[in-house]
This record gives sequence, structure tokens and C-alpha cells, in this order.
Amino acid sequence: MTNAIEVHDLRKEFKAYSSRSGLKGAFRDLLTRNYKVVPAVNDISFTVKQGEMVGYIGENGAGKSTTIKMLTGILTPTSGKVTVNGMNPHKEREKFVQTIGVVFGQRSQLWWDIAVQESFRLLKKVYKVSDEQYDEHMGHVIKTLDIEPLLDKPVRKLSLGQRMRCELAAALIHNPPLLFLDEPTIGLDVLVKLKIREFLKEINEKYNTTILLTTHDLSDIEALCERVVMLDEGKIIYDGALKGLKDEWADGKEIRFQFLEKVDLSSIEQATSEMSIKWELDEKDQTFVAYIDDSDQMISSLIGKVTSLYKIKDIKIMEISTEEIVRNIYEKGRV
Amino acid sequence: MDKYIEMIRIRFLMMLAYRTNYYSGILIYSINIGAYYFLWQAIYGAKDQIEGLSALQMTTYVAVAWMARAFYFNNIDREMALEIKEGKVAVELIRPYNYLLMKTMQGLGEGLFRLFFFSVPGMVIVALIFPLQLSANLSTWGLFSLSILLSFLINTQINLLTGITTFFLYNNTGLIRAKRVVIDLFSGLLLPISFFPFWAQDILKYLPFQGISYVPSMIFTNGFTTSEAWNAIILQGIWVIILVIPIQVLWYVAKKQLIIQGG
Repeated sequence: MTNAIEVHDLRKEFKAYSSRSGLKGAFRDLLTRNYKVVPAVNDISFTVKQGEMVGYIGENGAGKSTTIKMLTGILTPTSGKVTVNGMNPHKEREKFVQTIGVVFGQRSQLWWDIAVQESFRLLKKVYKVSDEQYDEHMGHVIKTLDIEPLLDKPVRKLSLGQRMRCELAAALIHNPPLLFLDEPTIGLDVLVKLKIREFLKEINEKYNTTILLTTHDLSDIEALCERVVMLDEGKIIYDGALKGLKDEWADGKEIRFQFLEKVDLSSIEQATSEMSIKWELDEKDQTFVAYIDDSDQMISSLIGKVTSLYKIKDIKIMEISTEEIVRNIYEKGRV
Repeated sequence: MDKYIEMIRIRFLMMLAYRTNYYSGILIYSINIGAYYFLWQAIYGAKDQIEGLSALQMTTYVAVAWMARAFYFNNIDREMALEIKEGKVAVELIRPYNYLLMKTMQGLGEGLFRLFFFSVPGMVIVALIFPLQLSANLSTWGLFSLSILLSFLINTQINLLTGITTFFLYNNTGLIRAKRVVIDLFSGLLLPISFFPFWAQDILKYLPFQGISYVPSMIFTNGFTTSEAWNAIILQGIWVIILVIPIQVLWYVAKKQLIIQGG
């Protein structure tokens, strides 16, 4: 299998200007400006195989979008080597972009004032797609994404969910082997999200399309991606299976209790003090959450202890969610 | 090439999407032509000729200059500035086309739209109200067409240059406004170049601006002899070629140090 993306020691630096304070400082800024060089992406390396779906995650400002912009040929890397679809994105831009599709969740690539189908028609010409290819491929895309009734509406009249489905269709007009999605589900409702995920899975299976996805919604990643690459302050801190991340971090369980009577956190902490359990109280619905190591012995003894002390309304045993794991990693800044 | 022609069509659609702009444009241009007509009437008074132009030629000059402006004028510098400021230029760069050429085509689409749906009907109306001297000579029309095509190119190139500077200045609203005034004045739209003092004429000879409005208008009003007209057109062509160089250089540098605004 060939590699869709190969990245070696990729680096991008930006100059960050800082203003001096006060009026005097402002005058000094007129003559010379203070700046420091900030690496947004700091010597990262990874490869993505053809047909893989990879989740690219990280906090705001971790360098995700900057990486995508370098991979799509928009930004020139400061140093390092990028090969995408066998080409250097920046050097052979016009030829290269024929082979990729990009969706930026935060900015539209359709023409605002004209009907969706006119945008599609222009893109069809831009990517030199023949009529048969278009009818066959786009007919299917339009049906799956259910955008037929939107085609004759101007983009500015569409809702966000409707627009996003059209954007996705627009990115796929030339059926690219590689698709970049930069926060494609931002601000969308559950139904639209599901539809988009289903659709992405389908094209991945049908055409073996490689998909690189950045998102803050981890359920997207859970639903779609086998593999995640996690970025923090411009460095890759984890690259591997999503399951591996879970195994490594989620070696505990979460037990949620709700009681019939009034219980306070300190007394319950005291009662279970010999078991080294971290308790948390969710004030809103009076749920007590116990984080505990994943051992059957401990779990049953904890439940035994708690039920013997208080009257229980509800009890749930859960694995620690991906959300929780990622939050932990972000807070600590490493894997 | 297909895609660039398609872009012209898209631009037509966009122009049609904003009807109010279209109608108010007609109104503004009519008022301008009317105002300049009466102004020049007053200036000429009883005189037959000023600087080799008769009052009738002058009226025609004003009408043609404004109608030609409808064709060569476009706002692609402002559009580019907006696209760069909002980071939309990222989307343009992931398309397999030349951004600057595509912008030029958008300008051409806009220009052709105004030429057919604005200048031509407008000219008919103006010719009915004011006495104009329309040439019956086919070669004049031919030279004029060639000349306004070159005006369009020069003006668009200057717009592209102004637009690209947004990459370096981040906010160039002032520059865009200044450019507009400079072009209106130095291109001979407000005042024929031959009316400028000699020293100013000498300087303007070495600038591309007179190729934008003065040359086509003078050709149309028969203010130039045929050989003068050809010389002026060749000079326009030379400017088109010269202006390619700074555009390419700036564009190359801009892409190198491009920063996409807003994440």
C-alpha cells in the first residue's frame, strides 16, 4: 500500500509581534518592533497510508490548522519535507490540488450570492470533470447527503447544516483520493453530524478515500477513525490507535451513585478512605462519581460498602470516556 | 480555459443577484455625465476650442470616458483585500487555477456585463439628451475597442497590485481609496491630459494612467490622428507587459510569507 501523506521534520515558524505598553511604547513601536519567532508546528513527522481515516486532534492553537494548510499547499513550511499524493504540495500547487478535497468548517468555499448548483457547475469546470463522471458520482453524493432540494437556493439562504452538506459535496466533485476536513462538524446538530459521518464512512469504503480529520468533537473521531494523531504546542504527543490511547489511560472505571437521602461528600470520602478513591460530586443532579482502578475486587467492595451505608437510587458503572482521557492529557500536556 | 470562461458567467449571475446596485449605478453615471456636461458648457462659454478640442468633442469625451469607465472599472482590489483579511484566500489557493488570472476574469465578467447592460443602453440615452459626435468611421470603432480592452488590462493590473499589498499591510483601505482618486485624476477621466500644465503632462507620459481613460476617449472623439492612436495603443500594450513584472514578484513574495488570518 502506498502512503498518501509523508511528513518529515515539518516545521512552521511565525513571527509574533508584541506591542510595548503605554504611549511612549507606542512611539517606540513606530521605529522598531519587538518580535519573537514562535514555532506553530515543531518538527513533526508522520505518515498516513492510502485509505486510512486519521483523526488529528489537539487543543486550540496546537498547530492543527497550520499543519493542514501546509499539507494542502497553502502555506510554505519553514523547514522539513512534505510529500502528499507523491507531490510537493507547495511546489506543484495547481497539479497537486486536483488530487485533494478540502472542507474548512469555518469558512465557505461556495459562492455566497449564487445558487449551489452554479457553484457546482463552476467547480466541475475547474476540476475538468466530464459530464458522465459528474452525473454518476455526484448523483450519488447528492442523493446520500440529501441536498437535491437545496441546489437551486443561493448559499446565503441555507442553514449551517444544509450549507455544510453542500460544502462536503463541493469538496468531492472531482472524487479526490485524499480528503482534508478541518472541523467539518462544528456547530452542527446531531442528525446532520450522523449523516455526515455515515457518508464519510461510505466514501472511504467505496473509493478507499484517505481522510484526515481535525475536530474538537471526539465522538466524530470515535465513530470514524482507527487512528489518532494528537498535537500539543506544535509537537506530536501521541500517534496510534484510538484504542491504545484508551488502554493506556483508561485503566480505571467510573462509578456513579445517586442516593435517596442527603449525603455529603466528606462523609462518603471518609467512609471509603482506605480504598484510595477519588470522589467527585456533580452538584446539578447530586451524582457522586468515584474514579477507581479497574479491578473487580475493588469495585465490588466499594459498591458493598456504599450500599451498606446509604440508600441508593441509581448506580452506573462506566468506562472513562475518551473525552475524559483527552481532557486529562491536555491538562498534563503529554502522554 | 473553460473554467475561466465559466467564471465570467458566474460573475454575470452575481451582478444580476444585486439589482439595486445595477440601477443605482445607471443613475450615478447619468448624474456625473450631466454635471460634467454643464460644467464644460460653462467653461467653454463662447470659445470654439480649448487645447484643440471643440465643445462638442468635449461633451463626447466626457460621455465616452464615463461609459468606458463602466467597462474597465472593477473592485477586485477591494475584493482581494477582503478575501485576504478574512482568510478566504486559503480557499482560493486550494483550487487548481491561477488566483490572479481568475480575479482578472471576474473583473472581465463584471466589465462585460456593464458594457452590454449599462454602457450601451446608457450611451443611447445620453446621445438622445446631449448633442454627441459619434463617429461613423469603422476604423475608429475598431481602434477604440482595442484600446478599451487594454485600458481594462492596465486598470486591472493596478488593482491586482493594490490587492496583493494587503498581504503586507493587512489593512489597505486607505491605499485603495487613494489609488482610485489618482486613477480618476491622472487617467484623464475628470480632465483630458492635454489640459494639464506641460510639466505635469511630461511626468504623466511616463506613467501608465493615461492608458486607462485618456487614450480610448481621445480615439473615440477623433482627438488623435490614426498614427497617434496607434502609437498610444502600442504604449498601452507596453504598459500591460511591464506591469506583469511587479505583480509576479509581489505575488511570489506574498505566497512565501503568507499568513492566513483567523486560524
